[in-house]
Amino acid sequence: MSTTKYLFSGFGGQGILFIGKFVAYKGMIEDKQVSWLPSYGPEMRGGTASCSVIVSDNQVGSPIVSNPDVLVAMNLPSLDRFENSVVAGGTIFYDSSLIERKVARGDVKAVGIPATRLASENGFPTLANMILLGKILSDRGEFTDEGIRAALGKVISARHADMLEVNLRAMQLGANYQ
Amino acid sequence: MEKKVLMKGNEAIAEAAIRAGCRHYFGYPITPQTEIAAYMAKRMPKIGGTFLQAESEIAAINMVYGVASAGLRVMTSSSSPGVSLKGEGLSYLAGADLPALVVNVQRGGPGLGGIQPSQSDYFQATRGAGHGDFHMIVLAPASVQEMAELTVKAFDLADKYRMTSMLLADGTMGQMMEPVALDDLKISPMPEKPWATTGTKMERKRNIINSLSLVPEELEQFNFARYEKYAEIERTEAAAEEYRMEDAEICVAAFGIASRVSRNAVDAARELGIKVGMIRPITLWPFPAEPFKRSLSTVKKYISVELNMGQMIEDVRLATECRRPVTLCNRAGGMIPTPEQVLEAIKAAANGGEQ
Repeated sequence: MSTTKYLFSGFGGQGILFIGKFVAYKGMIEDKQVSWLPSYGPEMRGGTASCSVIVSDNQVGSPIVSNPDVLVAMNLPSLDRFENSVVAGGTIFYDSSLIERKVARGDVKAVGIPATRLASENGFPTLANMILLGKILSDRGEFTDEGIRAALGKVISARHADMLEVNLRAMQLGANYQ
Repeated sequence: MEKKVLMKGNEAIAEAAIRAGCRHYFGYPITPQTEIAAYMAKRMPKIGGTFLQAESEIAAINMVYGVASAGLRVMTSSSSPGVSLKGEGLSYLAGADLPALVVNVQRGGPGLGGIQPSQSDYFQATRGAGHGDFHMIVLAPASVQEMAELTVKAFDLADKYRMTSMLLADGTMGQMMEPVALDDLKISPMPEKPWATTGTKMERKRNIINSLSLVPEELEQFNFARYEKYAEIERTEAAAEEYRMEDAEICVAAFGIASRVSRNAVDAARELGIKVGMIRPITLWPFPAEPFKRSLSTVKKYISVELNMGQMIEDVRLATECRRPVTLCNRAGGMIPTPEQVLEAIKAAANGGEQ
């Protein structure tokens, strides 16, 4: 019996809600109970966007994540805002090309990856979110090509099916980054 | 194998309505329910239905009145301030005994308020949606799957009793995504509506849809008849989920998103050895009084958890005939209680003396 609570956060437009949706879909495919809840409102326009995702073996109670096991921060305001909310022993994944400071907490695991820089250097500047997602999944031991293809197939609409391979490549890049 | 899709609550309402045979949607955009209108705008033209963005909420509810008169399944949706605007139309629908679905994805109020989730339209939905003596059937979903299921049920009940059903959700329920098995929805055919204005073809007397009645003796009889129907609905249609209530000495009462938060708190309190359970009303009108009455045999204290200043708490007191203390655990204005806050209220009830 386990429950993982994720909080994804960043600027509106970085694909925060999308990678949250990916994690929810992946959980659903694996027969877990899942919920996905976006922040909504004026703060989404240019400010901080975030979404709560819960993946559990049991029925999900409150869909609101106040104290995440996993925080994903794609910009400094998000790290500043949510760092202290992470449970002790939790993990913070962050984009180290956009966030210059280190994670201050000593009781959490901090994993930085220069996702935005890697995305530009590798010719898919809009996929920093997927690089970060690949890193999250590999770090958690959940990165398998077939599992990821299945979830990508769900979150990428048929209209954009040609984007599946490039998304997978970005995720592999993140997964293999040391 | 059941096929599940991840959907927003708002989208699940719209898709379930279409599957239930609704082909006419009228509305005016307002956060946090605009996805319902967006979904209808995309789908209705493809299936020969009507999506119409009206010039106002008032226009939309009166368009609903028109289609309902013609005996077809029809709906509108809005959020709190927009539902207030529909109040006149809701009263007319009741006065003309018309079936329709109205969705309220609540936000904080009063006035224009905010856009974050709330349950502060409980009184409006269950007691005073408009002028005159009337009720709507009010259903309160607590998951995206239930958003879909209760949408179908709302149409069935509206047709069965010739009255308006309201689906009362909130911003969280509307915006969150969960897996939904739409193919599991039980769709029953729409009943015959011999009262509808479908054209006489010169073969029958005219049907008249009207809420005006200037002879008080007659109008009184209409009210009496309507309340006999309401009494039947109260006897037969009240629904609630009872969670860990078997030996509960403390009972949390919560609906919709508040019940989701409370479920975590009940589980946490049970781990501390506190005998607590939850009654989650699924119908808010009729209010499920029976499980509350039954619970009096073990329960010593009740806690009403709400996203408002205390509205359903009155129905909990009525259902338990004030024989036990009922306290309120709440947030308002778009704020949501945390499981920790509810747990503290449960612990206080377990440890505390008299209220």
